[in-house]
Amino acid sequence: MGLLSDPNRRKALTNLLTRLNAPICMVCYLAAIVWFMGLAFEPFTLRTYMSENAMGSTMVEERFSSGERALSLAKEFDAHKRKAGGMPVEWLVKAMQARGLEVFTQSFSRKLPFPDENKERYMVRGTNVYGILRAPRAPRTEALVITAPCSPGNSDNQAVGLLLALAQYFRNQIFWAKDIIFLVNEHDLIGMQAWLEGYHHTNITGMEYSPLQGRAGSIQAALSLELSSDVITSLDLILEGLNGQLPNLDLANLFYAFCQKLGVLCTIQGKLQRNDWDTAEGYTHAAQTMMLMVLKQACGRSWGDHGLFLRYHIEAASIRGINGFRHYKMDVATIGRLLEGMVRKLNNLLERLHQSYFFYLLPSLSRFVSIGYYMPAFGLLAVILLLRVSFPGLDHFTFFNPSGPGVLTVLTPVVISHLTGVALYLLPVHLQEMAVEHFPVSETEAVVLTAVAIYTAGLALPHNTQRLLSGEGTEQGWKVLKLTALLYLAVLLGCTALINFSLGFVLAVTLVPITASMTPHMPKALSALAMVLLSPAFTILYCVFIYQELIEAPVSVGEGWMLFLSVISQGILDHALYGSLVYPLLALFIYPCWLMFWNILFWS
Amino acid sequence: MSHDFLQMHLKAVISCLLIFLYKVHTTKAGQFFSSGHTNNWAVLVCTSRFWFNYRHVANTLSVYRSVKRLGIPDSHIVLMLADDMACNYRNPKPATVFSHKNMELNVYGDDVEVDYRGYEVTVENFLRVLTGRLPPSTPRSKRLLSDDRSNILIYLTGHGGNGFLKFQDSEEISNMELADAFEQMWQKRRYNELLFIIDTCQGASMYERFYSPNLMALASSQVGEDSLSHQPDLAIGVHLMDKYTFYLLEFLEEVHPASQANMNDLFKVCPQSQCVSTPGHRTDLFQRDPGSVLITDFFGSVRKVEITKDTINLTSPVEPPIQRSGSGDIQIESLTYVDQLPVAEIIHQKPKQKDWHPPDGFILGLWTLILLVFFQTYGIKHLKHIF
Repeated sequence: MGLLSDPNRRKALTNLLTRLNAPICMVCYLAAIVWFMGLAFEPFTLRTYMSENAMGSTMVEERFSSGERALSLAKEFDAHKRKAGGMPVEWLVKAMQARGLEVFTQSFSRKLPFPDENKERYMVRGTNVYGILRAPRAPRTEALVITAPCSPGNSDNQAVGLLLALAQYFRNQIFWAKDIIFLVNEHDLIGMQAWLEGYHHTNITGMEYSPLQGRAGSIQAALSLELSSDVITSLDLILEGLNGQLPNLDLANLFYAFCQKLGVLCTIQGKLQRNDWDTAEGYTHAAQTMMLMVLKQACGRSWGDHGLFLRYHIEAASIRGINGFRHYKMDVATIGRLLEGMVRKLNNLLERLHQSYFFYLLPSLSRFVSIGYYMPAFGLLAVILLLRVSFPGLDHFTFFNPSGPGVLTVLTPVVISHLTGVALYLLPVHLQEMAVEHFPVSETEAVVLTAVAIYTAGLALPHNTQRLLSGEGTEQGWKVLKLTALLYLAVLLGCTALINFSLGFVLAVTLVPITASMTPHMPKALSALAMVLLSPAFTILYCVFIYQELIEAPVSVGEGWMLFLSVISQGILDHALYGSLVYPLLALFIYPCWLMFWNILFWS
Repeated sequence: MSHDFLQMHLKAVISCLLIFLYKVHTTKAGQFFSSGHTNNWAVLVCTSRFWFNYRHVANTLSVYRSVKRLGIPDSHIVLMLADDMACNYRNPKPATVFSHKNMELNVYGDDVEVDYRGYEVTVENFLRVLTGRLPPSTPRSKRLLSDDRSNILIYLTGHGGNGFLKFQDSEEISNMELADAFEQMWQKRRYNELLFIIDTCQGASMYERFYSPNLMALASSQVGEDSLSHQPDLAIGVHLMDKYTFYLLEFLEEVHPASQANMNDLFKVCPQSQCVSTPGHRTDLFQRDPGSVLITDFFGSVRKVEITKDTINLTSPVEPPIQRSGSGDIQIESLTYVDQLPVAEIIHQKPKQKDWHPPDGFILGLWTLILLVFFQTYGIKHLKHIF
């Protein structure tokens, strides 16, 4: 008879699970960590390859040569930007029109929920300028987008200059099958969000913008350019987008293929690829690259202007030019050739990019780990939660036992936890004026500190909810609550991992050990400390420190704490401005779940 | 005396010579009607669309160019191209299709006549063209109006696999369908001899199932091998030709209408050292020796002219075509067409022995009813009088 259908064997299996529950859970946890770290080991990864047939190999002849023209345009742009004190709209419109594009502008404005101290803005008003290069013979059904940001100060002038030089060069070619939109956006992500919302006639973030006068068809792919120096030593590719969404891997493959063809150094996460995978340094290098990608994906913000395109199913990537300390420097003409090759290959596309992977991790630019390989790491952690559901003492009879815990006993902690979560989500932004009145802090600090205060106040709850209950908390009560909470956490983490694996995995790594082992009978002080140290807020703090270590800019504790506060404020702002889901997820679901376990710990 | 002797000898010699020459004349003119075909047709098909399949269109157009150059007129060529590469938006040189890189040879030209274009190139249309089962409204340029003295060249290119050829990304033709179509053509007397060339991956699988006579087949690769593309053009950004057809085109460029190159030379085109795949051919269904089959028998439309001052007796039996040498033991019986109307069987037929069948149910029922009524009326005691 089968393993599960034979009652004797089933009993034996359940006995095994209940007897060896703790060891199996430990083994699963260690296996998950080891599996995750092993993903960066090169023999376990696959070499990247072009999946899309229409893009073929890199066999086009790039003829772009107007490097100097791009640089002179950059200088002009810089001068006009200083004079206008922002986006030089008239000059850009004239420059694009002179190159034969159809030029349109879009103005937008947005009032942030509270001032953004990182970028120093509160009331944002700006203009986007974009020019459309119409395909000479094709119907206007599809488009490609190349964007460069208009940033304050000295940054990204060369990007706009290269954009205009490319526009001029592209205008002379007749083989375009798609319209090409050259976009210069102001206030980076806010301007990009306004443009995309205007282009697709949506309004999901409450932005005010003027409607777009000119349109070019459905966008197949987008490239964002960030270039701030006349010569560069390497090109960095940025893939992580909003909510941890990634573009199709073929876009990264295309970039890598052209970098190899033109002999350009290309990096990902700012790290150059190494060949010595069998040494310890080689492995740690790959592991660091992968960890950086995981952390960037987990925080759910868009790490380049391209990140907002992904939500509309437009494959997009950002290319940043880096001027480092190397001998071999490349000029703007080479970057222009690389972009020309990439756009020409994207021009050959007949359908949207869909042949390659959408879910992957990159330990280096030429090696990838697909979802089938990295998901078992999370699966092992989820299995621990499900195994813990079968702890001894709870059998189904207790549910029907009239003297057992009523629904109310379990429902009360759940409801109160979720109400706290709702408070954590809503109150910081809404109460900022009141906080500013009473305390000598700025609005941003008020919001962040209110959030931290509500978070800490939640810790005090169990002592209050117990008094609220008329009856006493029975032995069965906390078990039912733990059952509910474990299942809830498993479902939550599972759904999160499907959408944003990194976020799900990072949360699971810290939450699963404490929640799986939490009972009221453990030593209170020690387990309380453990719970607090592994709570979501501290997870964010650890991630901040690890991230700073990985980008080789380690911070002290005080700086780390300030960085942590700014991360919280950025998270709230991202949610309000672009619809990032990390902050609501943490406030409305993960935090209440953690509170339920906190409740279990102090059950009496 | 000697003078007479000499004269007599001279006369004898001259008459012998004349008789000899006469015989030569008769044999040459006699052979005139023995080669079998009187007209040539070509069906050239490119089955794949999309810009990155540029090379398949270039393949077909280069065979079209050779066939046209060697004399087959457009009215006798059915050209099927599944996509328009010359006017594709991505073509940096519109209205051209190049077969050699650096744009040396434009095979599109300005007098290309495409009969089936774009989405009209389907398996159904291809088979209808071959078998002739077209609706009456089909124009002549889209029909294969061949007869039993036509030599037909069929060229297919595209993406294929083991036993199939892909049409237009959504359907396939199998080797069995193709073999059956050729058998239909044979039974309807739509060809005299047929040369089938295919340039796809695993192309040899497409001619494995042929069973009709007078078919010769060539393929660019064996089963399990891929046919490879030749050279990319960096300005256009795609591969321009497949290796096999590229070398086939080079070979055909040397052929002119009067050339005596035969099929054995064609089999040698693109050996494995050049093609990477192993081209294959099949001649077992073909009655003539491939060495005696001229390239122009299929690729060109050569008008044979013999000037003679003598009368030719057309009713006298002509010399049979040169049989295949080599396999002397295996006697291939001479193949004829199936007798379409076996009159002899119908007229002089003896009536077949019919097996006895019990009478019809109705009649049986009727008699039972009558008997029942009889015995009902007159009583059962009369039964013993009957039996």
